[in-house]
Amino acid sequence: MATILETKTAKVPVAAPAKRRRIRSLSAWTVRVLLGIVFSFPLLFMFVSSLKPDAQIFGDLSSIAAFLPVGNLSFENYSAVFDRVPAARFLINSIGISAVTVVLGVLINSLAAFALSRMQLRGKGIILTLIIATLIVPFETLALPLVWWVNQLPWLEVNGFSLSLTTGWLDTYQVQIIPFIANAFSIYLFHQYFESIPKELDEAARVDGAGWFKIYSRIVMPLSGPAIATVSILTFLPAWNSYLWPLMVVQSEELRPVMIGVQYFFQLNVSWGEIMAYSSMITLPVVALFIAFQRSFVNSIATSGVKG
Amino acid sequence: MNTSLAQTTLPNPSHDDPAPAPQQKTSITSRYKSREQRTGWLMLSPAVVLLVLFILIPAVLSFGLAFTNARLISPHPATFVGMDNFARLFTDETFYRSLVNVAYFALIVVPLQGGVALLMAILINTKVRGVTFFRTLYFLPVVTSMVVVSLLWMFIYSKDGLLNEIIAKLSFGALQGADWLNNPSTALPAIMLMSVWQGAGFHMIIWLSGLQTISAELYEAADLDGVSRWQRFRYITWPGLAATRNLILITITIQALSLFTQINVMTQGGPLDATTTLVYQAVRSGFKQQETAYASAISLVFFALVLIISAIQRYLTREKS
Repeated sequence: MATILETKTAKVPVAAPAKRRRIRSLSAWTVRVLLGIVFSFPLLFMFVSSLKPDAQIFGDLSSIAAFLPVGNLSFENYSAVFDRVPAARFLINSIGISAVTVVLGVLINSLAAFALSRMQLRGKGIILTLIIATLIVPFETLALPLVWWVNQLPWLEVNGFSLSLTTGWLDTYQVQIIPFIANAFSIYLFHQYFESIPKELDEAARVDGAGWFKIYSRIVMPLSGPAIATVSILTFLPAWNSYLWPLMVVQSEELRPVMIGVQYFFQLNVSWGEIMAYSSMITLPVVALFIAFQRSFVNSIATSGVKG
Repeated sequence: MNTSLAQTTLPNPSHDDPAPAPQQKTSITSRYKSREQRTGWLMLSPAVVLLVLFILIPAVLSFGLAFTNARLISPHPATFVGMDNFARLFTDETFYRSLVNVAYFALIVVPLQGGVALLMAILINTKVRGVTFFRTLYFLPVVTSMVVVSLLWMFIYSKDGLLNEIIAKLSFGALQGADWLNNPSTALPAIMLMSVWQGAGFHMIIWLSGLQTISAELYEAADLDGVSRWQRFRYITWPGLAATRNLILITITIQALSLFTQINVMTQGGPLDATTTLVYQAVRSGFKQQETAYASAISLVFFALVLIISAIQRYLTREKS
C-alpha cells in the first residue's frame, strides 16, 4: 500500500525496479535460451541423424523428432562409413599429423621464446619484432606459392639401410607437418608468459651450476602449463581441421587426413545418414577435448584477441 | 673465440698480484657471454629457419612468380613475362565478381557476426549460475570444423531440407522456402548466415575479454545515478570496447577475404559465379589448372588488400587514441 502511494508522488519508483529487474532477467534468459537453441540444435540434429536410416531422417524433418533420438536407432551408418571410405586410416593420419605438429610446435616455439625472453642475445628486439610482423600474412595468401616451393624442396628418403635424396615434398606426411611447426603467434604467447616468470629463478639455478637447457626444461617449462595448453589448442585445431592445404598437396589415399574424406560421400549414391555419421565421427573427438579442457580453450581464444 | 680469449690472458703472467684478478673475471664473463650467444642462437634457430622457409620465402616467391609463367609441374623453367598475369587478371570478369562477392560478404558478415557475438558476450558476462552452460553452447560451432559445418548446412539448406521444413511449419504451410544454394541470389547470403553461425562464438570470447577490462566501478556509479540499460551500454560499454571493436572489425574482414572452405564444399563458386571468391579463384587456377604464376598474381592482390585494410584499421585506431 505504502509503495503505491509513493509511486504516485516520488519520481523514482521504489517497487517498479524490482519488478522491472525481474522482467529484464526473464527476457535475458529468453534470449539466452533462444540463442542456445540456434547455436546447438544444428549439431544436435547432426548427431541424432547419424543414428537414423535415411528414410527416417527425412520423415522426422517436419517434427521435433528431427532433434530427438527416437525411432529406429542404430550404428549402421557408422559401419557403412567404414565400407565407403578408409575412415580408420584417415583418423590415424589426422591424429598422427596433429600430435606431431603440436609436440614439435610446443618444443620449437617455446625454445625460441625462451632464448628471446631469458637470454642476452644481440638483436633480439629486432628478431622478435620481425617474427610478430609475419602475423599479418594470412596463410591463404602464401598457400599457392608455397605449393610450388615445397615441390622444389629436397628430402632424405630412408629405405631400410639406404638413404636417398629426393626432390619435392608433394604427397608426403612431412608436407602436412613441417610448414606448420614454427608459428609466430605461439612464440609470442610463450614470450609473454615467460616474461611473467621471475628471472631470479634462473639466476638461482645458474648459481647452482645449471645450464640454459636445464633452466628451460626444469624451471621455465614446468611453470608454463597454461601457455603450453593454449599453444597446444591453437596448434591442434587448425591441424585437425586443415582442408585447403591437404587438398592441394596430398593425392595418395593412404596419406589423407579426415577432412579430405568428405569428398567420398558425393560419389555414387549420396546417403545423408552416412555423411552425418562421418561428420560426427570427426567432430566428436574435438568436442570431447573442448568439454574436458573448456577453460583452456576459452583462454586460448581470449589471448588470440591480442593478435592483430 | 674462447681459446683466443684464453690466450690473451695467459701470456700475461702477473707480477703484481691485484691486477690479474679482474682481468680473469672479465675473461670468464665474456666466455660465459659468448656461450650464452651460441646457446641462444641454437635455441632460436629451428623456429627462425622454419619461419624463413615457410613464410618469408613463399612471400618473396609470390612476388617473383607473379611476373613469370611458372607452372606447378613443367618441363620448362619459368621465364619472366612482365605484367602479363596482371593484365589477364584485370580483364578477367570472374576476378571482379570475386571482389564484389568478398566485399558483399564482408559488408554483411562483419556487423552481423560482430553484433551477435557482442549480444552473446553481454548475456554471459554475469555471475548468474547456469550461464557457463550457455557459453559452452554458443562456442560449440567454433570447435566444429568448417568442412563439417558446410556439409551439415548443405543438408539444412537443401530444397527439402530442415530449414524449408521449419519455414513451412512455422507459417502453417503458407510460405515455401527456396532452393537456397542453387539460386544465384540466395546462395551467398545463405553461406553468410552459416559463417556467422560458425564464427560468432569465437568473437564472443574476444568481446568478453574486452568487457572484462571495463571497470566495475563505472557500472556501480551508473547504477547509483539510475541510468537505463541502454544508457549503460551507450556511454560505458561501447566506448570501453573501442580497442576490441577495431580488432574484431579487422579479424572478421580478413576472415571474409579468405573465404574458401565453405565455397569449395558447398557451391564450387556457383551458381553462375555467385559465390566465387579470391582464394577460391586462386586455388582453381593454381592447383586445378596448375598455373602457379597466375595464382601468385591473385595471391598478391589478396595480400595487398589485407595490407590496405590493416593500414586503414591502424589509421582509425590512431585517430581515436
